[in-house]
Amino acid sequence: MDPITLSRWQFGLTTVYHFLFVPLTLGLSWFVAYFQTRYYQTKDENFRKMAKFWGKLFLINFAIGVVTGIVQEFQFGMNWSEYSRFVGDIFGAPLAVEALMAFFLESTFLGVWIFGEGRVSEKVHLASIWLVAIGSNLSALWILLANGWMQHPVGFVINEAAGRAELVDFFALVTNPKGWLFFWHTIAAGLATASFLILGVSAYHLIRKQHVEIFKRSFQAATIVGLISSTLVFFGGHTNGQYMFETQPMKFSAIEAHWETSQPAEFSILTIGDLSGKREVWSWRMPKVLSFLACNNFDCEVRGVYDIQAEYEATYGAGDYIPLMVVTYWTFRFMMAMGLLMMLIAFLFLLALRGKYENAKWMKWVPWVIVLPYIANASGWILTEMGRQPWIVQGLLTVQDAVSPNLTTVDLLISLIGYVVVYGTLAGAMVYLMKKYAIAGPDAAMHESVDVAPARVGADD
Amino acid sequence: MSYEFLQILWFILIAVLWIGFFFLEGFDFGVGMLLPFLGKKDEERRAIINSIGSVWDGNEVWLLTAGGATFAAFPHWYATMFSGFYLALFLLLIGLIIRGIAFEYRSKDSNPKWRHTFDWMIAIGSFLAALLLGAAFANLARGVPINENMMFTGNLFTLLNPYGLLGGVTTVTIFLLHGANFLGLKLEGELRERVNVFAKKLWIAATVLYIILGVFTYIAGFWQHGIVNPGFVPFAAVAVLLATGYFLNNKMEGWAFIMTSLNIVLTQVTFFTMTFPNVMISSTNPAFSLTIYNASSSQYTLTVMSIVALIFIPIVLVYQGWTYYMFRKRISSDKKNLVY
Ligand code: HDD
Ligand code: HEM
Ligand code: HEM
Repeated sequence: MDPITLSRWQFGLTTVYHFLFVPLTLGLSWFVAYFQTRYYQTKDENFRKMAKFWGKLFLINFAIGVVTGIVQEFQFGMNWSEYSRFVGDIFGAPLAVEALMAFFLESTFLGVWIFGEGRVSEKVHLASIWLVAIGSNLSALWILLANGWMQHPVGFVINEAAGRAELVDFFALVTNPKGWLFFWHTIAAGLATASFLILGVSAYHLIRKQHVEIFKRSFQAATIVGLISSTLVFFGGHTNGQYMFETQPMKFSAIEAHWETSQPAEFSILTIGDLSGKREVWSWRMPKVLSFLACNNFDCEVRGVYDIQAEYEATYGAGDYIPLMVVTYWTFRFMMAMGLLMMLIAFLFLLALRGKYENAKWMKWVPWVIVLPYIANASGWILTEMGRQPWIVQGLLTVQDAVSPNLTTVDLLISLIGYVVVYGTLAGAMVYLMKKYAIAGPDAAMHESVDVAPARVGADD
Repeated sequence: MSYEFLQILWFILIAVLWIGFFFLEGFDFGVGMLLPFLGKKDEERRAIINSIGSVWDGNEVWLLTAGGATFAAFPHWYATMFSGFYLALFLLLIGLIIRGIAFEYRSKDSNPKWRHTFDWMIAIGSFLAALLLGAAFANLARGVPINENMMFTGNLFTLLNPYGLLGGVTTVTIFLLHGANFLGLKLEGELRERVNVFAKKLWIAATVLYIILGVFTYIAGFWQHGIVNPGFVPFAAVAVLLATGYFLNNKMEGWAFIMTSLNIVLTQVTFFTMTFPNVMISSTNPAFSLTIYNASSSQYTLTVMSIVALIFIPIVLVYQGWTYYMFRKRISSDKKNLVY
């Protein structure tokens, strides 16, 4: 295997892995902050337990987000040094701002929140969890602005002499619509992820009639937030798609398996391609719907991948500009299916809230909803990134030209295998702890002292 | 602000970030390495971890910020160093990963095996990180093979030269001592006594190694790579290290900690003055070295970043300082008082 393929696998795997934990951090932090605020206002012990219990799960998840994030920060230079030289003038800025503005905030105040109870005033303790939530979500904003620039470069000039892109308009970078669309879609997805986790775990306890008051309250809050956020995810995604149609037409047509230019364009419900992943064998389509998705109008023209390929060859020179369509097409469909399902489920739960839902038979299936947002999150990023291939920065730099030239296959095999082994082990430990604490319930999360807590986990009282 | 002024300013800011990182995370690493040796009982280990529990993550962000700031201000430096030191950095990352996870996970299960494993992950991770960072900085001072295209042409073994290894080992012992001094300040009772005994032994090893490293640097002429003479700074660094021994013998832990802190700061100041205006010295040909002039971002980017940094660095300093103040009390290994 050549170094480029290995570097791509490594980047893809480590990043998708990092993003398994990120959305839960983004969403759950607000829930914990909210529950703790309610405790502060009402002094109702149940709210305190809710904050502690969900907070414990939040921490177990957060730890992996942090340690895998460090890898992300270093990887650009380690594996993509030519990329770093080419874009550093622009791309480094949001990354540095992210660290200064967000990482310091979240990590410092998380320490205060964990260790500060009883040592700092209640107000400060409450403020610290809000600062963690704000810090995490700010970090998402900056990294998404950075990524948004790679999808849709703005505010720069190419300096031929220096052989790189240079920033000329920081304001344009910060207001890049692509980055803000990402932010909208991702933050909402984070809240949805947290809501569905809460729904699943709460259902587990409700069917066992444990801590009913706590988990009913959690279930209700998560239903409402879940419905609102998955609706926001939907509209954010739709807007994202329309902006993609304008700025990355190739990606748009690739996620829709839209081969030939047509007006109006039909939407593919199911398309089967051949083994190359780039050619269609059979397809079932709905007339006019794709036009509507692209531009809110049933009659506009949507160009097919063949036409765009021809145009790119004329502009950028010979080459294959068509992304791997099996992947883009199917990940998009997975994400959409999950999104629609989540909206539906949250809506049905909302209706159920009026009745005695905690005794309903279907509750025993509810823990499975936890997986839905995870599938959608991973799919979303894979389609976003693979739909941009062969570009690393749309229209400016290809992945081929971005890789570090000094790395050997051996270097990369060592690191790739090393990450897989370490990350795999971490996932095992994390899932084990998450399950254990989720099942043990709020009492286990309340214990402060070293010896007592772990010994009692599992022994429900 | 002129372009050159900005380039120098960013060189200084990045130096400040590294100094902050080594000073803060230095004692974290030391505490981590000492953990399995110093803590005999479970509560003692928890007390030791709690001494840095609320701050280690914030301390680590200094490293992330140094990395991010290097990317933004000197992209070529970031690109050459990170791709060049590939496997060393990979090991550093593995060290930071196992250590970070272990801090959060070790007490979440009561199985002694589970705890034992994570305690050793903390120690090994901290050791790896300290060793590799020390070796990396020694190699930066010494010079590494870089060609005319700013590309590193060595491999992992290029970095494993005697000077690099000496730098690594010295950093490990200095951090151990710094960590012991920090624990001397934070713990109480029997643990505090035990730390003091450790610290005195560590002090001897650290001082000897540090002086050998200094003499090596002087004889090899590495201090002449840049255009500034570090002057009295390295001597002051040795002096404060010697003074540490005096304070340790008199059980003045606060002063001992201040002395190792100063030693770390002065060592970094020496390093950065020694190399200036180079950021990566080429041992292939001095003309291929990366400098603050040929490695930097554009004037516009440096200006924007300066504004951001001058607003946020002071804010960060204020709230991080505040957390140290909030958590200034000593930690006892009495079960009732241990939070996790
Ligand atoms: C949309 C959100 C998002 C995305 C796309 C990324 N991250 Fe991330 N990252 C977070 C959202 C986040 C977070 C929610 O803020 C985390 C997760 C858990 C945590 O502690 O903070 C985090 C942690 C985290 C950390 C550790 C911070 C600390 O020590 O506190 C670093 C260095 C990075 N990330 C860097 C990156 C880089 C370089 C990425 C690009 C490839 C990246 N992240 C993608
Ligand atoms: C956390 C969410 C993200 C996920 C899950 C993700 C996922 C991926 C995947 C799967 C690839 C591989 C595509 C391929 O090789 O065909 C990729 C490529 C890439 N992504 Fe992302 N990405 C994320 C966020 C980001 C961000 C925020 C940035 C930059 C700020 C970024 C920068 C890159 C770069 C530089 C590549 C090129 C390397 C490559 O093609 O493998 N990604 N990403
Ligand atoms: C319900 C319908 C949905 C639609 C129409 C939709 C649409 C989109 C589109 C068009 C993109 C690609 C943006 C680009 O590459 O420029 C995207 C990406 C993404 N989607 Fe969705 N999405 C939906 C549901 C979901 C759900 C339910 C989740 C997770 C809970 C999710 C998570 C993501 C993520 C994490 C990305 C990558 C980051 C981003 O582009 O913002 N999506 N989505």
